[in-house]
Parts: sequence; C-alpha cells; structure tokens
Amino acid sequence: MNVLETKNLTYTYGAGTPFCKTAVKNINITIEQGAFIGLIGHTGSGKSTLIQQFNGLLKPTSGTVLLNGKDIWEQKKEIRKVRFQVGMVFQYPEYQLFEDTVRKDIGFGPKNMKLSKEEADKRVIAAVNFVGLDHALLEKSPFELSGGEKRRAAIAGVIAMDPDVLILDEPTAGLDPQGRDKLLNQIKSYHSKRKNTVILVSHSMEDIARVADRILVMNNGKVFLFDETAKVFAHAKELEQIGLCVPQITKIMTKLHEKGYPVSPGVFTLEQAVQELFPLLMERGAAND
Amino acid sequence: MIKDITLGQYFPGKSIVHKLDPRVKVLLTLFNIVFIFIAGNFSSLGLMSVYTVAAMLFSGVPFNRYLRSTRGVIFVILFTAVLNLFYGGGAVLVQWGFLQITAGGVRNAIFIAVRIIVLILMSAVLTYTTSPTQLTDALERLMKPLKIFHIKVHEIAMMMTIALRFVPTLLEETDKIISAQKARGADLESGGLISRVKALIPILIPLFVSSFRRAYDLAMAMECRCYNGGKGRTKMKILHIAVKDIIISVITVLIGVGVILLNIFVTEMFL
Repeated sequence: MNVLETKNLTYTYGAGTPFCKTAVKNINITIEQGAFIGLIGHTGSGKSTLIQQFNGLLKPTSGTVLLNGKDIWEQKKEIRKVRFQVGMVFQYPEYQLFEDTVRKDIGFGPKNMKLSKEEADKRVIAAVNFVGLDHALLEKSPFELSGGEKRRAAIAGVIAMDPDVLILDEPTAGLDPQGRDKLLNQIKSYHSKRKNTVILVSHSMEDIARVADRILVMNNGKVFLFDETAKVFAHAKELEQIGLCVPQITKIMTKLHEKGYPVSPGVFTLEQAVQELFPLLMERGAAND
Repeated sequence: MIKDITLGQYFPGKSIVHKLDPRVKVLLTLFNIVFIFIAGNFSSLGLMSVYTVAAMLFSGVPFNRYLRSTRGVIFVILFTAVLNLFYGGGAVLVQWGFLQITAGGVRNAIFIAVRIIVLILMSAVLTYTTSPTQLTDALERLMKPLKIFHIKVHEIAMMMTIALRFVPTLLEETDKIISAQKARGADLESGGLISRVKALIPILIPLFVSSFRRAYDLAMAMECRCYNGGKGRTKMKILHIAVKDIIISVITVLIGVGVILLNIFVTEMFL
C-alpha cells in the first residue's frame, strides 16, 4: 500500500514577485508503507522543500500530496493531525529543545496530540529506548546534555508521536563517525521494529547506502532517479554528472571489476565488500603457497 | 515567511548620492530635517520639497521605492492631518455641532501632511543610499567628540553593526524553530490571547539559547583576532571629504538661507 503519494507537486517560493523561484517541479512519486527511503541531492536541489510538503509545513503551489490516499490539504484545519502522522526531524534538531526536563521535552509532541498522561509517558519511554538514551537523563535539563545526547533527545521527541512516516533531515550532520554509525543503526532498528516508513535525507552516499532500500535522487527540483539502492548506484556516471558520487567502496569494486577480477560491481557497503574480497584473497594466498 | 521582511532598506547603486561621504550625508540630512521644520510657509516648505525631490532623482533609486517608505506611516499622516483640520482660524467651511472646519484648518492640514511626507522622503534618501555599515561608520566618526564625556563611541558603533548584522540570521533561525515546533504539533494559530502567548515559549526559549550561543561564538572569534575595543584601532576604509561633498554642502546651506529668507519676506498666498 502507498503511504505517501505526490501528484504533479510543484512549489514556487515568492510566487508573483520578481524573485520567484521554483524549488520543486512536477514531482510524481509513490512511497510504499514500510519502505526505507534515502533522499539525496546536493544543496538547493529541492530536498528540504519536498519533505516540508509531506507534513504540510509548506503548502504546494500546485499539485497534491496524498497521505494514505487522502489529500492532506483537503481539510485545512486538520493539517496538525497530518503532522502527527508524518513526523519530521529537522537538521540540527537539538536547537529546538526548550522544556526544563528531557522527559517534558520529549513529551511535547504527545501532549499536543492530547493523549492521556499514561499513554504519553509510555510513548516517551518507548521513544527514549528507540534512540538509546539513558533513562537517568530524563529528569535532567536538556541543556545539560552533550551534543550527541541532545540530538537523540530531539529525535525521540518526534518518534514519541509514533508517526506512520518518519522524515529525518540529515540526522547525522556534525556527529563523529562513531556517533553517526550508532545513530544510523538505531534508526535502522527502529524501522525494522516499528515497521513504519522512514525517509532519510543525507548528503552522504555511504550513510544512505547502509540503511535505505530505495533511493530518491533529486536534481534541480526534479526527480533524477528513484529506484532500489543497487540500481541507483549502477548509474555512477550520471550521478557524477550532477555532482553526486557513489560510495567510495562501490568505486573501488567497479574498478576491480573493470580490471577483470571476479567481483560484483554492485557493492555499496564495507561489509559486502569484505564478503566479496575475502574469498578472493584466500584463493590467491592458497595459489601462492 | 518571516525571512521575506526586508530590514535595512539600503538600495545599492552608483549615483552621486551614494558616493557622498556618509558623514556628510548624515549631517546634511539632519540639517535638512531641521530646515523642514523651520520652513514656516508654503513657499519655504516648497523649496525644501523641491530640494528633496531633486535628491531623490539624483539617488537613482526607483520612485515606487520611496512611495513604499511613506506607506508605513500613512496612518500617522492622515491622523495628524485630520486633527489639524479642526484647528486654525479663518472662514468657516463646515460646521458640525461644536466641530468646525475652517480654511485655516485645511491649510494647516495640508501643510502638516506635506511636511511629514517630505521629512520621511528626506530620511529615506539617506537610508536608501547608505549601507548600514557606512551609516554606523559615519555615526562613530561623528560621535567621536563625545569621548570626553567617557562615552564609549566605538563600542556603541560596534554593537549597532553587530545587531544589524544578526537581524537576518536570527529571523532565519526563528523560521527554522517555528517549523520544528510546528512539526511537533505546536499550535500557534488558534486559541485565546493567553494560550497564544504560551505557545510562544517553545519558540522563544530555543531562540534565546541560540542567541547566547552565537554571542559566545562571536566573542571568541573576535578575541581570536585580537579585538580589544576601539583603542588604537585603525580603519580599512578611511573616509575622505571630496570636492563633491563640499559643493553639495554649500548648496544645502544656501537652500537653508533661502528657506529663512522666504520665511521672512513672503507673505502667504493662501488665506
């Protein structure tokens, strides 16, 4: 079933002024329930504009966004409900923390949903577990946390609304490599446990390759490619033309493949590469002995 | 979006008005404002109006921009004009209960309206043709004599520059925070006054926190570049008074003299 669908979606900033700029042009995509989508494109390609229309923060200039088959702007007053169904984590979400305790801050979304106190508490705890935050931090002020903890708390604040679609805009920006890996793994495991739809926006092909089943590549406000991860990375040349690149490991494996080694060029994570190369090296080693 | 608000109305250009020394421009604008008030009859005010329109033409800034600058105060102009209708003597034009509109009142109303409009246009010429940095630079130089009263002129100018610089940044930040809180279901549009004010808390607190963070970062960056206030600090762009500045100052002073002469010798054509 399609959870999100867009029809001829177009968004123009400053329409009717001399400074108008069409950020998103005629987008037609369908996103299936339970998918893990990676959204990539360089700065100014329209990624942020696109995702802000998914939860009704921006109203399309023309075209429609369908959530579970229903136009989200059909009833203007219900747009807040859409935002509970399509949770959105902005870039550097730690700057949105404001309550006096972490527990209250994560509970801000559920409180706005007018849930009972018990239900809201349950959701806060579940969200904290998903992002791997220490329960001892719950009663602390969010401003006392470390950078990585703040990031997790802010993400938990959106997860606590238990959205059907979770959109994360560059959740790993500014984290160290370890923190980045840990956060990506947690998002992945959240996705597989909760079985909802996740859209991850990132600049890093490596990050997206590790977690997404499908990749949406944007260029100049249009959909450039939207396909399964392996198939997208097969278009290495086209991706480079629009200023993006495939993961480094894919480049190496493609080169090896070109040189005649029996490896698959469609490899995009380190783990897969090890699996491919290790037997090859063992063979070589055995032949040399 | 909040971002779209234009703050600081500098309109870049290469006209002669743009190229004038900002200090001279500030002083001349003050001089002109004083003379717009000194102008006591229609002929002297007319002279100031002609002067202002000439400055507007020479500035090369589109006319509708100037019109836009008066739009914000149109209510004030109307209000004062209407109030003035009821003051002043002369022939009674309309009588309505104890209120009466006299010819003198009409004259006063028009006079006051023209005076306010000219005043606004005059200061608009300054703000349209002088960038905020030039403006603070000029103010710093002009306020220099205040140092003998132990007023920290350089620090005040630096604060003004920083404040102006951070207005767009903070607006963008506010926009982002509003979006983020809306995404968590914050309701900013409905409810009574109290719930609306309460709804601002999730926006104001993060905004304060990030302003302090920015302030610390900026202070650190400035200290790293050995900034320690105005003492012994030299300017990269040194302001020079050129021939055109002198010519325009002389013209302005002559017009000021003209205003005074018109005030004394011309009796009003009206009334």
